[in-house]
Amino acid sequence: MSEVIHADHHDDADHHGSGDHGPEKGLARWLFTTNHKDIGTLYLWFSFLMLLIGGVMALIVRTELFQPGLQFVNPEFFNQMTTNHGLIMVFGAIMPAFVGLANWLVPMQVGAPDMALPRMNNLSFWILPFAFGIMISTLFMEGGGPNFGWTFYAPLSTTYAPDSVTFFIFAVHMMGASSIMGSINIIATILNMRAPGMTLMKMPMFVWTWLITAYLLLAVMPVLAGVVTMMLFDIHFNTSFFDAAGGGDPVMFQHIFWFFGHPEVYIMILPAFGVVSHILPAFSRKPLFGYDSMVYAVASIAFLSFIVWAHHMFTVGMPLAGQLFFMYATMLIAIPTGVKVFNWTATMWKGSMTFETPMLFAIAFVVLFTIGGFSGLMLAIAPVDYQYHDTYFVVAHFHYVLVPGALFSIIAAVYFWFPKWTGKMYNETMGKLHFWLSFIGVNITFFPQHFSGLAGMPRRIPDYALQFADFNMLSSVGAFIFGFSQLVFLYVIIHGIRNGKPAEGRSWEGARGLEWTLPSPAPYHSFTKPPQVRDEEVHG
Amino acid sequence: MANAETDSSVYYVPHNGWYPVVLAAGVMLMLTGFASWLNATSNGEPGSWTQTVIGFGITAVVLYFWFAKVIAENQQGLANEQLKKSYVWGIGWFIFSEVMFFAAFFGALFYARVIAVSWLGGEGAKGLTGEYLWPEFEAVWPVMSNPNNALFPPPEQSMAAPALTGWLGYLPFYNTVILLTSSWTVHVAHSAIKEGNRKKLNTWLGLTVLLGIIFLILQAEEYIVAYNDMGLTLGSGIYGSTFFILTGFHGFHVTLGTVMLLVMWLRGLKGHFTANDCFGFEAASWYWHFVDVVWVGLFIFVYVL
Ligand code: HEM
Ligand SMILES: [Cu+2]
Repeated sequence: MSEVIHADHHDDADHHGSGDHGPEKGLARWLFTTNHKDIGTLYLWFSFLMLLIGGVMALIVRTELFQPGLQFVNPEFFNQMTTNHGLIMVFGAIMPAFVGLANWLVPMQVGAPDMALPRMNNLSFWILPFAFGIMISTLFMEGGGPNFGWTFYAPLSTTYAPDSVTFFIFAVHMMGASSIMGSINIIATILNMRAPGMTLMKMPMFVWTWLITAYLLLAVMPVLAGVVTMMLFDIHFNTSFFDAAGGGDPVMFQHIFWFFGHPEVYIMILPAFGVVSHILPAFSRKPLFGYDSMVYAVASIAFLSFIVWAHHMFTVGMPLAGQLFFMYATMLIAIPTGVKVFNWTATMWKGSMTFETPMLFAIAFVVLFTIGGFSGLMLAIAPVDYQYHDTYFVVAHFHYVLVPGALFSIIAAVYFWFPKWTGKMYNETMGKLHFWLSFIGVNITFFPQHFSGLAGMPRRIPDYALQFADFNMLSSVGAFIFGFSQLVFLYVIIHGIRNGKPAEGRSWEGARGLEWTLPSPAPYHSFTKPPQVRDEEVHG
Repeated sequence: MANAETDSSVYYVPHNGWYPVVLAAGVMLMLTGFASWLNATSNGEPGSWTQTVIGFGITAVVLYFWFAKVIAENQQGLANEQLKKSYVWGIGWFIFSEVMFFAAFFGALFYARVIAVSWLGGEGAKGLTGEYLWPEFEAVWPVMSNPNNALFPPPEQSMAAPALTGWLGYLPFYNTVILLTSSWTVHVAHSAIKEGNRKKLNTWLGLTVLLGIIFLILQAEEYIVAYNDMGLTLGSGIYGSTFFILTGFHGFHVTLGTVMLLVMWLRGLKGHFTANDCFGFEAASWYWHFVDVVWVGLFIFVYVL
């Protein structure tokens, strides 16, 4: 209680408009903070913790799949591991990490002191530990945790679900509320708190991509809330939304889910595009190539992401016209995506490049994400998707876009802005070690899955035919390399925070943008007065 | 000390506080309590409401303090123009997200009516399954006989326009008139603030709250008739499912909107709101207009068509 009184007392004690007070002491700082940097830090550490928990689940899965046959876990538990791995990585690791980056970077990049609605910002974060507490506790409940895959298709998630699904549903509601409040905050910050002179088309790419991502979140998180609500009613109130016996349709579940689900995958990649669009120019010592087209590409990808959802459902049953529409619409996405890849490449073209850790991760992003994009195009071809669907080829596809895609960009961002956040440099040698281990690990893990998938190995099954043994063994070895190399990451960060050499304000020679005009570490409230936006800091 | 209201070159950042984290804990208690209760009752065991009520209590109390504090800060002149603009963006996009929440249920209604029920009735290439499983099922809307009537006993009567006569048949129409009127009365209350006419504000806003309450009473009556006399329940198949989820969540939002307006009415009585500083009122009224528009959609697609 004393801390509470202290906080309130503190409130009355200083009513500065600009709030030039520093952080509170101890735990109270983190529980009660309204500061965008503190909250960004919380998000990032939370997401790292989730990455480790989700990672352990993945390693349990890969251990079981090391050899054909059932050896380590029983199939029921295997299903719970794949399901929770997916849910935790998507909602607990990738999404919160990007929100954490937005918290740290958006106010600094637009020249604001903080987020627009700081108290709600705290709420958005603190909902998450509770939501994931609920999620993880389901594993210990009678009947086990969610076991129906991260896509929780009805009736697996309704009629045949364990009791814990009710808790899962409410956990999803809480995550959704957190995302919606986070998005509102980001939109308000970007639209309302930009420094004078920063017009929309002068905004840094990361800010642009997050603005658009926030709209995607606002549009689809409520739909996710709607679909889990219908599940709740089917389970507990006898409705028949997803039950054909009452005139409903399980396929309807899939339509509504993927109306959320496809934009969701872009929610996880658009901010990554933004990050990479800062790092490549910085280490190529050239401005970003084709800034305007980058903005339009992101906007068109976001728009298209609403009209392609049924490419996840080609094999489920859809009229021919539907198949054709969703096939062509999906392929259209490759055009703006291609524009982006082209622009990144052109940014590096004839640049005086250096290859520090963030740059290595960013370049790997461009190459490996593009591989994922290509396999996506293959999957978009309806007639061939009949063969690939629900095989390891799909697993390879989305892991290429999500791990060396989204996750690499997050790691790259952490290395890139680390000096700005902490005022210290990380150890470059260790960073490079982390990169090469991750790069090799990720490819050993996921590249062979293309082949086992094309040869017909189904996903989400704890056992498999003998002919897939070699590819799976490789995958499992790669997974352990990748998993343990993230401990190197942890080491580099902690070592950097404690023993790193002091960093300069503009920590990288080629880095541009308002955040680099601040000292390192950045002051507790980034800009207490709106800064001048000078042309040479535009288009990081 | 810089004055945040007059000096627009200075930002205002609110201070630390315990509200958000306690609110999050309260919500967690409430929802997990409710989940336990649901699971218990669905398994035929006695459930307990204690945890849910405690969680709800915490949530409500924190929200009260939180809003009270924001209002107090505004009255001290701490909220500058920029922050107020952020509030406007905030409520605007929050309402947009609510629209998308209803979009999911409207989507379910359209999908069920147009696609799922037709397929079950044997239409198109996918229709064969329905033919084999439930040859007697006929694709009509409202669905008055389900594929499996033992599992989902169908309603005796639907709420669709031609099926109803008497005053109940006009109830949705009355409710439409009531809500549209209330949109107008809340607008009049708004102009009363702009004119600085407090008595007019209290009267018209009070009237709006009253209309909201009448709407809710009528809807409750409709539900009672549906359950007791028409055999129309959540369990009567896809028609009942879509009917109750759409009207039910709408009713829930009307309840929220009414509470918001009620709070604004009480604040009005205390003398809050001036012509150029009435964001709380405006937010509640925008929310109210949104609830109204959703109702018009419901009236057309659930009752009339
Ligand atoms: C050129 C761009 C892309 C195209 C054409 C594409 C296409 C597809 C298609 C057709 C599928 C369904 C495959 C099947 O289930 O049979 C799929 C699955 C998936 N894609 Fe993509 N995709 C693209 C980019 C992305 C990106 C950027 C992400 C995420 C960052 C992503 C994440 C996923 C995920 C998670 C799944 C699997 C969902 C599941 O069934 O569990 N995709 N993609
Ligand atoms: Cu997709």
